[in-house]
Amino acid sequence: MSGYLFSRLLQTAVTLFVMSVLVFGGLHMVGNPVDVLLSPTATPAERLEVIKSFGLDRPVWEQYWIFLKNALTGNLGNSFVFNQPALDLILQRMPATLELAAAALLMALVLGIPLGIYAGLKPNGWFAKSIMTFSILGFSLPTFWIGLVMIMVFAVQLGWLPSSGRGDTVDVLGVPVSIFTMDGLAHLALPAFNLALFKISLVIRITRAGVLETMQLDFVRFARAKGLPEKRIVTVHVLKNTLIPLITVIGLELGSLIAFAVVTETIFAWPGMGKLIIDAIAVLDRPVILAYLMITVVMFSLINLAVDILYSVVDPRVRLEGN
Amino acid sequence: MTDVSKTASVHTGGKTDKSRSHSVSPFRIIMGKLVRDPLALTGLVIVSILVLAAVFASVIAPQDPYDLAQLDIMDGRLAPGAESFTGMTYLLGTDDQGRDLFSAILYGLRTSILVGVASAAIALLIGAAVGLLSAYAGGRTDAFLMRVVDIQLSFPAILVALILLAVLGQGVDKIILALVVTQWAYYARTIRGSALVERKRAYVDAARSMALPDRRILFRHILPNCLAPLIVVATMRVAYAIMLEATLSFLGIGLPVTEPSLGLLVSNGFEYMLSGDYWISFFPGVALLILIVAINLIGDSLRDILNPRREG
Repeated sequence: MSGYLFSRLLQTAVTLFVMSVLVFGGLHMVGNPVDVLLSPTATPAERLEVIKSFGLDRPVWEQYWIFLKNALTGNLGNSFVFNQPALDLILQRMPATLELAAAALLMALVLGIPLGIYAGLKPNGWFAKSIMTFSILGFSLPTFWIGLVMIMVFAVQLGWLPSSGRGDTVDVLGVPVSIFTMDGLAHLALPAFNLALFKISLVIRITRAGVLETMQLDFVRFARAKGLPEKRIVTVHVLKNTLIPLITVIGLELGSLIAFAVVTETIFAWPGMGKLIIDAIAVLDRPVILAYLMITVVMFSLINLAVDILYSVVDPRVRLEGN
Repeated sequence: MTDVSKTASVHTGGKTDKSRSHSVSPFRIIMGKLVRDPLALTGLVIVSILVLAAVFASVIAPQDPYDLAQLDIMDGRLAPGAESFTGMTYLLGTDDQGRDLFSAILYGLRTSILVGVASAAIALLIGAAVGLLSAYAGGRTDAFLMRVVDIQLSFPAILVALILLAVLGQGVDKIILALVVTQWAYYARTIRGSALVERKRAYVDAARSMALPDRRILFRHILPNCLAPLIVVATMRVAYAIMLEATLSFLGIGLPVTEPSLGLLVSNGFEYMLSGDYWISFFPGVALLILIVAINLIGDSLRDILNPRREG
């Protein structure tokens, strides 16, 4: 187990290093952030001063070396635009994104699993067929467009729910959270559902496929022969076996929810880190782009590691190996 | 049943190329089954219509939406069905610059389909090559390549594309490159999986004992038998690529304003939606939705047809 952990951490470190070199080098080949940041009326002297203050006058390899040294001490550089540490900027906005992603994941599971089980148990019923049609639709609806339609219907036409921002927040351990106020919940509803829609379809399909497959296995027949009630067979035996693919998917999808939050945050003006990165890309705020990349690589590696460990807990047949 | 006949035809086809024409091509069997599934047929018809509409956009469209001389700012933000001063009817309304939305959607469809299909095709070629190599070489090469694939797949496509486009900048070629990078790994993993199974089959041993060169065994014998899952993945991936491109363009980091795809059209109408001018964003989104649903219907049906386990 410790060997396994070590090799995974090593892999994460290598990924971080390779990605940082590629992106650092790549960012240096496109555009000059100084052109974007300075007003056109700036004198050449002002220009040189700004270039110097960002350290952009040094050779690329030296800039990278400085970045690497600072990064190892937890300093990912200052944002060109906000003149604040890029890491702080991202960490400030991270709770909002995590809250949105968690709410969406919860919605996907609470709606997706029961619908998926039903569709798997009665695959030929009309309701099961409607569920599957809905799931194709859920896969095909472009998130950004359905977000706009939701704003149009629920915020503009009906006026039921607010269309932007986080609403009232409560500080929990110094972190602002929306889910504990009614206003916050109302603000969360549309963006979370928007983000969840795709995943609901996914959870439905995976659960249905798992149930369909498991129901045909011998142990289900055996459980029936033993006289177990159908309810117990489904909730204990079948569901447990369906959970295995589901856990992998949930792990992967949590990461993808955090990444796709970029879109939902843009539409609903949700103040998370996705909005930050889009703005940073527009003005070539290199330190923020790099810091965002570093943080997401670490975050995703941790999520994947957690999934693998959970996997071996749920399914004892899975062994974690250190190579 | 089809699975047997399909593999049989390919196996014999590998030995003497002429014998292939005598057996029924697996693609015809697949097409035959597709056409018999009403949902898939609907998808097929819709996709064909949309592709034709996109190809002949310049002929069908009542207006060249990017010829500024044809635009009149006075016609800006007209509701669907409104008439211009010159008597032309704007079927789906106009955008803020007086551009006929129906024409803009046809042109946008062209860009979207082009980007989606091109990126999927290139990703398929690269992915198939890597996957085949990985399965055939085995050992360290396989372990290394699959580790790269795993790492790549552990990052959501949109994140990889976002970072790449931040580095590359805007442009059709750049977004295609970004989409290829985000997708090749899916193909590589799919084909490696089926190639590993095929490699152990007797016909590969037979080909080896005939001292055929590796390359020939790989591309003429193993590859054709790995195509079925690849086709399913490719169909789904084209839909996904089109959606991803639209999303990136919506975020303003995909295509430049000079070559608007459907996603960019939706984005252009975003600010007018809150004031009630819904159609500027709504209709391009509907077009995108129809295209993606249609492709997914085909993909869904293909998966059922090509998955022997489900045939039972």
